[in-house]
Order: sequence, then C-alpha cells, then structure tokens
Amino acid sequence: MSEQKTSKQSGAVQTTGHAWDGDIQEFNNPLPRWWLWSFYATVLFSVIYWVLFPAWPVGKTYTKGVMNDITYELNGKKVTTHWNTRALLMRDMQQGEDAVKQRKYMQKVASLSFSQVLANPEMMDFTRKVGKVLFADNCAACHGSGGQGKVGLFPNLVDDDWLWGGSISDIQATITHGRQGFMPSFRTAFTKKQLDDVVDYVLSLSGHKVDAARAARGKRIFNGQTGGCYYCHTKAGTGMKSAGSANLTDSIWTVADVNGQRDLEGKRAEVRRVILNGISRKMPAWKDRLSPVEIKLLSLYVYDLGGGKK
Amino acid sequence: MKFKHESIETNSGLLIILTLIVISIGGLVEIVPLFFIDETVEDVKTADGRDAIRPYTPLEIRGRDIYIREGCYLCHSQMIRPFRDEMLRYGHYSLAAESKYDHPFQWGSKRTGPDLARVGGKYSNEWHVAHLINPRSVVPASIMPNYPWLMKNDLKYADITARMRALKKVGVPYSETDAEYKANVKRFGKKVADMLNIHYAERNLLAQAEKGNYDGDRSRLTEMDALVAYLQVLGTMVDFKQYGDGYFSKFR
Repeated sequence: MSEQKTSKQSGAVQTTGHAWDGDIQEFNNPLPRWWLWSFYATVLFSVIYWVLFPAWPVGKTYTKGVMNDITYELNGKKVTTHWNTRALLMRDMQQGEDAVKQRKYMQKVASLSFSQVLANPEMMDFTRKVGKVLFADNCAACHGSGGQGKVGLFPNLVDDDWLWGGSISDIQATITHGRQGFMPSFRTAFTKKQLDDVVDYVLSLSGHKVDAARAARGKRIFNGQTGGCYYCHTKAGTGMKSAGSANLTDSIWTVADVNGQRDLEGKRAEVRRVILNGISRKMPAWKDRLSPVEIKLLSLYVYDLGGGKK
Repeated sequence: MKFKHESIETNSGLLIILTLIVISIGGLVEIVPLFFIDETVEDVKTADGRDAIRPYTPLEIRGRDIYIREGCYLCHSQMIRPFRDEMLRYGHYSLAAESKYDHPFQWGSKRTGPDLARVGGKYSNEWHVAHLINPRSVVPASIMPNYPWLMKNDLKYADITARMRALKKVGVPYSETDAEYKANVKRFGKKVADMLNIHYAERNLLAQAEKGNYDGDRSRLTEMDALVAYLQVLGTMVDFKQYGDGYFSKFR
C-alpha cells in the first residue's frame, strides 16, 4: 500500500534525493506560502525594532533606538532618555493618569491638618480607601487585617486602649519612628512568695477577686523598691504613655492573655509568666519605607478604626 | 570537498555539535554583551563613598542556605519589577547590583507569596519567628506551610569557612590574605571588612547571633536565628533616599 502511494505521489512532489536502506525516501515539500510570508514579516519587524528600540551591543554600550524618547523629571529637572522600562516607570509615576489623580488627593491631605481631613467627608473617603490598602500591605501582617492585633504579640488597634498614646499625632509618631517596648525580667528579683503577691495585686487592679492579704503585700512590693513596678506603671497602675507601659487597671490585656483564661489560676499563671520573662517587643520604624503623606494617611486610618483618642 | 546536506545528516556527532552551536547563538547574543556593557550592574555607593552592596555575613550565608534548602524561592520572588503597582506595594524596584553577590540569585518567577526583595526591617524579629513557626498564628488567611523545626534545629556552622571559600571562588570578595582584607577595608569600610574575613567567620557568626538574638532565645543558636538574620537584611543595603527618584533610570 505504502509503495503504491509513494510511486503515485513521486511524480507530483520532489524528493530530497536521499535514500536510506535502499528505498526510504524523503519528500521535499515547499513551505506553505502564508508561513513563508509571515516569516519574512517577522524579519522585517525585527529590523524596524532594532531601529526604534535599544537593541544591539556596541563595545561597552549599545544602540539606544530613535523616535522613542521618554521625558521625566529628576530632581526638578526634565530628563529625556532613550526608551527603557525604568524611565517608563518614572514617567508613569509622574504623569500616569492614576498617579496624577492620586497625587492631587495626596497633596491635599498633606496640606490639611488632621482635624480638617477628619471634617472633610471626601478626604476621609480617600483616606479610608488608600489607608486600607496601605494598612493591608504594611501593618496587617502583625496587627491583623482589621487591626484586631494578636494577644501576646501585637497590640489591638481597634480598642481605645493605647500603650503609646491614641491621638493622631501619637499614632503618627509611632508609625514614623517605630517603638521599642521593654519590661525587664523579674526572675531573679522576686522570691516565689513575692511573685505570687505581686501577681495577685496586679490582678486586683482590674477588679479580679484575689487573696486580699497577698494583694496587700503585693501592693507594697509594686510601689516599693523591691519591685519598683510603679516606675513605669505608676502607683495607680495606669501606665505611662512615654514608656509605653500598660494600664493594668482596665481589663484589656495585650501581652498576658488574662481574658483568655477561665479560672483564676490560669490568669495568675499568665501574669506570672510575663513578670518572670519580661517583655521585649519592637515595632519597626516606617519613615524610610513610607512617605510622610502615606504615614499621615495611615495615622488617620488607624485613628479612624474606632479607638482613636482626642 | 563539496558541502552536502547528507554528510551532516548521516553523521550524528557532527549533527549534535552543529545543532548546539546554532541553538546557543540566541543565548550568547543576549547574554554575553551584558558582561561588557558598563551599565549592566549599577554602581551604588554609601554616603561616605563605600560600596553599598556588601556580601552576606557568615550568619546571613547560613540563613540563605536554609532559605534555599526549604525552597522558599518556590513561592517567593526577590525581584521587584519597575512597575508602579509593584513600587507602591514593595518599594523601590530591585537593582542588578543588589544581587551581585547572590550565588545563585533568588529572583524567582513565581509569587504564590509576596515578593521578599525588601522584606528586611519591615517586620520585627518576633513576627518572623511566630510567622515561620505557624504563619496562620499571625496571618489567618495565609497558605504558607509551617516551619516549626527551624526553632528546634541547632544551627550547624562548622563548615562556614568552607562555604565562604566556595563563594569566594565564584567571585564574592571574602578575604583570606592580608592584602584581600586591606582591599575590603578600602572598599567596604573596616566594620564590614571584618565580617568578610574568612578566618574569623565562626566568631563573627556567633557574635552576630548573640547581638541580634533573632529567634528571641538567647540560650540557643537555632536555624531560626540564621534565617531571620538573612530576611532582615534583604533589600536594606541601598539607601534610596540618597539618590533621587529616577536616578537609576540612567543605567538602562
């Protein structure tokens, strides 16, 4: 059958003239016209491309292309350069439709005071939209996508309890420069009995029913030289903004998971753990990563999450 | 001898060699000139005229090894492309210079997770530790696997000098001789040059881990220490404030 077909077609189509094993031959079909012309078109395209775009290496540099220059601003001066993706980006950042639109709002936010932005519904709408994206990119990894935080590690930003202050300017300072939260370990400072006493006093501050005698002794340690807890937490136990020390009198706990414990022993264990181990927490500074306007927007956004303070 | 198609097609050795030559032309034309064009790798300096990009410290090398061992590159790229959306999310686009001491580079091509080229300094050490042990403990929607063994495994560093010598062979300027050390002092400043001295590798590694306390556990040196040290240096070497926006466009 195959022999028959070959002999039938051999007249119509040329063979390459090769023969293997005596009689295996190879057709020499011409390429389809459409294919051939497409091929020539790509060759022509590449020649045009070489002229218009950076293409050929020449010694230590390369041909830069013509009729394709990109103009953007660098340090206040106009720079015109050959086509390249980095210059393209600069142009997009400076002149792109979205960038221009966003910049107009950004500049307005920068020029307004916090209270002016808060009073302006259009600006607050912008703040919430941009702030949400900035928060998701930069803050949500620690503080949670809704700002709910993570007990024991990262503070909740939605409640009205603030370690470093909850006014917009406090929030702005926190984001800009970062914070270093620190409480020393009291592992060697307290005897076991002293520790139990301080734990009960600390819990009594937020209204827990504890052993009164223990708490009374704990109070003396807390406010005396042995513990010296009052240096940072104050004698009333309300904490200090300047030290980032926690208010122990409200029922909001950021490091010791007291509210997550069912019974008093569990709560005591949590407080004891924190006093024994101390705390060292760091919030990174964002001034090198975000622009001042972005930080301003984020401050407003965090303030607006619900817990902001006057 | 007259050239005949048949002589190539019937000689498989010759056919293989000629095929290799033909298919390598495309690659050679695109790659080789980059070694000669001045602007390929940007010249990035610190404010006092030193090289801004430095080779990794011994602890960071071990962290990088663990990064590669765990296959982080399969889901995380380290290459911020020059697009507005990437710039707004991740920061300044990556420079060629920033991966010049990477062997192999970790640019990647797949982003199941976010790009890590500028993750250094973005999160605290505590966050990295919690996140690596169990990502969902801090990011509930994360699909990243848990890496709890990083905190359990002691960091092996006995072969750190051999690793540095291997990197030196492929062009990373770690110093062994006095002359090399002095060249590094000139190039990077004394503080960095001391870290690049192969003879003090082990001491430097231990000192950095002790000082940084990356895993939060001072009693042990774990793989977590090394990996977090590496993550915290990513993308932090160039001070972009020093150069105006758009400065690096002239290198392309």
